[in-house]
Amino acid sequence: MGLALFTILIFPGFLFVSVFGLMAEFIDRRIYARLQNRVGPPWFQTFADFIKLLGKEDIVPCAANVNMFDFAPLFALTSAVTVFLYIPLWKAPGTFSFNGDIVMMLYLLTIPTLAFFIGGWYSRSLYARLGSVRCVTQLFAYEVPLFMSILSSALLANTWELKEVAAFYLKHPLYSLFNLVGFFVSLIALLGKLEKVPFDIPEAETEIVAGTFTEYSGRRLAILKLTIDVEMVVGAALLVAVFFPFALYFHSVLGFLVAVLEILGVIALLALLRTIVARLRIDQMIDFCWKVLVPFSFFQLLLNLILKGKLIL
Amino acid sequence: MHNSNKFKIPMGPQHPALKEPESFSIALRGEKIMGVDIRLGYNHRGIEKACEERTFVQDVYLIERVCGICSHSHSTAFVQAVEEVAGLVVPPRAQYIRTLIGELERVHSHLLWLGVAGHEIGFDTLLMYTWRDREIVMDLLALISGNRVNYGMNMIGGVRRDVTEEQAQDILKGVATLEERTKYYIEVATQETTIIKRLSGVGVLKKDDALRLGAVGPTARASGVDHDVRRSDPYAAYAELDFNVITDTNSDVYGRTVVRVKELLESYKMIRQCLKNLPGGPLTVKAPRKIPAGEAISRYEAPRGEDVHYVKSNGGEKPERVKVRAPTLANIQAVKHMLKDRYLADMPIVVAAIDPCFSCTDRLVSVKGNAGKNKKILTWEALRNYSVEWHQVHGIDFTELSHKFRTKMERF
Repeated sequence: MGLALFTILIFPGFLFVSVFGLMAEFIDRRIYARLQNRVGPPWFQTFADFIKLLGKEDIVPCAANVNMFDFAPLFALTSAVTVFLYIPLWKAPGTFSFNGDIVMMLYLLTIPTLAFFIGGWYSRSLYARLGSVRCVTQLFAYEVPLFMSILSSALLANTWELKEVAAFYLKHPLYSLFNLVGFFVSLIALLGKLEKVPFDIPEAETEIVAGTFTEYSGRRLAILKLTIDVEMVVGAALLVAVFFPFALYFHSVLGFLVAVLEILGVIALLALLRTIVARLRIDQMIDFCWKVLVPFSFFQLLLNLILKGKLIL
Repeated sequence: MHNSNKFKIPMGPQHPALKEPESFSIALRGEKIMGVDIRLGYNHRGIEKACEERTFVQDVYLIERVCGICSHSHSTAFVQAVEEVAGLVVPPRAQYIRTLIGELERVHSHLLWLGVAGHEIGFDTLLMYTWRDREIVMDLLALISGNRVNYGMNMIGGVRRDVTEEQAQDILKGVATLEERTKYYIEVATQETTIIKRLSGVGVLKKDDALRLGAVGPTARASGVDHDVRRSDPYAAYAELDFNVITDTNSDVYGRTVVRVKELLESYKMIRQCLKNLPGGPLTVKAPRKIPAGEAISRYEAPRGEDVHYVKSNGGEKPERVKVRAPTLANIQAVKHMLKDRYLADMPIVVAAIDPCFSCTDRLVSVKGNAGKNKKILTWEALRNYSVEWHQVHGIDFTELSHKFRTKMERF
């Protein structure tokens, strides 16, 4: 009981993921800044922002549905943190797992997006509503290639349990090379989930101000920002666990360090991707996801099906 | 919004996409724009009236502050008009220096625009890069004039400061770096897929529409209108320079981008020619304090398009009338046309593509009454009464005070 609480609340649960998320945001912003020939923020900037937001006045629009407006950020944060508990990154005794958890994780990762939608929709601001609609429209575009490419990796491992998937690729490290297409597809789809350029359409500042988050302020905004940071870490960790789970080789501290480095590597790739492109329009984004990403993930699925047939024979 | 899927979204007067306050009220159906209401007048500063209250020499200082970016354009257009009325012949060296500053200003303005355009389509990297390189030209301008934006170079009858040989060397060095960078930006803007996706086919303005709506500058040239005041009605030293007028047939935002980046290369060419052929001689001719009666119109190809100034003198120290037609006023009509049947996401870049400068444009402010159904434009007296009533309702009442004041005044 005590151990479970420790796992959920402190390590590798809520506290660790939050701190890691804020650090990851700093690294993301720093890389983004350096690539743009800027200095970028100091390491404590994200923490300072978070603390400052916590202390700010928290305004609820009088037209908003208070319950929905209140609970959406909490739902988002909780579900994002929960996913991290199920991701096997290093040889830790505390992580949970069961058969089918990979599907559950993908669903839990959808909840923050839906919570953003609900929060934005019930804040009754025009900008927030437009942002919410874009948020959900976008969800239907990137979710399919993301699911297909992550699940096709699990398909090759012949299990729906992430721990087993990781163990499979640990045993046959070269097989993970077959999944490179899937990795890049899910990396790009992850940009959509994190609402970063070129898929930052739901919060396109020059069009709809802050989109979904327009009416949020103070504590609730802090939680929403934290959710996105946590989502970034969790998404990157999921990609690492599914495609390159090599930190599992190592024990305790070394394994932990390698896992963190791998996650930061994925975050650096995300930062690089968002530096070199412009924001797409929502119709172009959907076109791109269905006409480019989906065919690639189909290709990955087919490849893995064929490989699986060969390997079993 | 519950009953119909058509709704209105306000963009401005305060909005992250807009650098100055102006109001766009957009009727949307889903993401599609059904109609746009543009309302200007948030930046009215009464600058024309202020010019009539001051002397010609003071006006040069004031007119330079019409625009923060094309400050030299406005002041040159103004002094040209005054010189024409006064019949002054400006020495060739001054003409060349005016041209030089004008072209450096164009470089600074176009680089600024490229960055803003990048930001509007969410490509912040382009913004950071172009604005970094813009510092080079800003430094050059500071080197010549001592100022980064309002250069204070023009005076009636010439220019204030000279360009030395050492400065010329520095300018050439800076321009060489800029040219190299600009070539890179041309590559980026014409090859990067996401930029092309966001720019091409957006905000289309066909040639006839451009002519009909009176578009000017790069906006018109991108629609294939081969018009440039520098060539068709040369002023300063442009008649002696060799340059091409860049036009494009894309007629969209992409075309406007191409025109602007290619114009940068032309500007570098002109800057080099100016420095190479810089004639000797005096910088100014003596201008009289009192400008003889008369009127003149002066045209100037500002970075944003044709800038027109009208000056009328009655033979005194102060102008009788000054009229400024900033290029944005000519282009703003086209925006409504360009936004037809586009998406909301295109709105920021389409507006930005005319390189708007709203505070330069605002010449008039009209206040509509909101009492009753027929909204009429309020007269000065009605506006004053409205203000007094408003303050009375909010507990601020000056009627007694003003009554006391009036009786005291009568006693004197």
